[in-house]
Amino acid sequence: MRAVVTVIGKDTVGILHKVSGICAEYNANVIEVTQSVLQDMFAMIMLVDITKLSGDFSELVDRMTELGTQLGLSIHTMHEDIFNSMHSI
Amino acid sequence: MLNVHDILETITMIQDECLDIRTITMGISLLDCIDTDIDRACGKVYNKIVRCAHDLVPVGQQIEKEYGIPIINKRISVTPIAMLAAACPGQNPVKFALALQKAADTCGVNFIGGYSALVHKGFSAGDMELIKSIPEALDRTQNICSSVNIGSTKSGINMDAVKLMGEIVRESAVRTADRDCIGPAKLVVFCNAVEDNPFMAGAFHGVGEPDCEIHVGVSGPGVVRSALTKYPDASIDEIADVIKKTAFKITRMGQLVGARASELLGVPFGIVDLSLAPTPAVGDSVAHILEEMGLEMCGTHGTTACLAMLNDAVKKGGVMASSTVGGLSGAFIPVSEDAGMIDAAVAGVLSLEKLEAMTAVCSVGLDMIVVPGDITPETISAIIADEAAIGMVNTKTTAVRLIPAIGKKEGDTLEFGGLLGSGPVMPIRDKSAAKFISRGGRIPAPMHSLKN
Repeated sequence: MRAVVTVIGKDTVGILHKVSGICAEYNANVIEVTQSVLQDMFAMIMLVDITKLSGDFSELVDRMTELGTQLGLSIHTMHEDIFNSMHSI
Repeated sequence: MLNVHDILETITMIQDECLDIRTITMGISLLDCIDTDIDRACGKVYNKIVRCAHDLVPVGQQIEKEYGIPIINKRISVTPIAMLAAACPGQNPVKFALALQKAADTCGVNFIGGYSALVHKGFSAGDMELIKSIPEALDRTQNICSSVNIGSTKSGINMDAVKLMGEIVRESAVRTADRDCIGPAKLVVFCNAVEDNPFMAGAFHGVGEPDCEIHVGVSGPGVVRSALTKYPDASIDEIADVIKKTAFKITRMGQLVGARASELLGVPFGIVDLSLAPTPAVGDSVAHILEEMGLEMCGTHGTTACLAMLNDAVKKGGVMASSTVGGLSGAFIPVSEDAGMIDAAVAGVLSLEKLEAMTAVCSVGLDMIVVPGDITPETISAIIADEAAIGMVNTKTTAVRLIPAIGKKEGDTLEFGGLLGSGPVMPIRDKSAAKFISRGGRIPAPMHSLKN
């Protein structure tokens, strides 16, 4: 089972650190990261393995959303199934 | 394999284009709650609903978190209450409505539908009592929806029921006049009602359905409109293709959510209703899709053709995305719930007659239309009869949800708030159909050969 974390917003120091810090806290293994910074806009998509999650997935979602609010970023944490079902037959 | 474009597309759909699951609706059979003692029956109804649906809202919230997709409403549909009322002659069926309201409060659901009667061929025990109690039931409850099926392609139209429903719709409005006539906004009169509809106000749990099941109704007019803006000069068949692909994606999401809800609740998965259900929110309008196709305003000449294409393309795309399609499936055109329809009605471009024509090619019927407060019950009945005739002859579901704005006239507006929106009072014809309605009887079922 994997989840997709997307982060979009104004670039600041330590975004990747903070997001991956929460992943580590919940034992979510980061598999892949794509990141780009265009002018001062930061966009990152992170694929994480949630098979051995130490807590509830919804807690992880809440923590990420909270972090987004703190940093003024839009952070979405979603189970990969939604993308698979919408975009592949 | 996941790619960045797909991920961002999904997120944009949810965040900017109002993509959501409109409802997960649990259908619950109440046939095992029938009892000759109405109080005992009400107790059984309450207990069964709470037993089946106590996890519905938490599970809905969990799925919202898991997939990051909003689920706007959690609802319940039940066996038509007239069947339960039949066992308790001489008792006031409103007791059932109050029991349903109590169950809705306990479970935290947005609506319970099924304060209903099916009288397309005639009235059986319980039907008449239930129908006559509808105005009181809608007045004394907040989250209960009612529907009555008065016709079908196989049996024709029960004109006695049509006559009665004209009176009931008006009485419901009069009883709730102090609350913007909210009563009739929760009352639908059907022809060819479906048994597995997850959408309100017309949801009920048909007798052919399993004991308990989960249905999903998707939404997404904003997504379709936004997809079309990328093809400003495409031909109509190319546009139809874009709509199909978009409907596919939306429906797949519904299928996923339905399957997950069914797994978590331990209840069989019923159907996905392939729908474009608008809300009054900006960017969530079916009318704006039609305007995107090239109409200056919804309701002008060409609207019916655009809507026919839209409705068909939504079904074609959606049907491939789900193995269990049902409900009302298609584009909805509730006037007060659609920002573009409201504008068109206020501008006088969208008339009742045009809406009637549109209902011949799309899902459902004359929906959430506010009419002048001095409308007579006979005129309401005549509008119901017209709409039912379209459904009967075309072998499709049609419905009427008219709201007589008591004390208001053309040019005024009723404000319902929330998903129900606000509606301008629309003009109606001033010539009477009272003689036709007073005849009663039944319009015979149509023949299905010699089609012209």
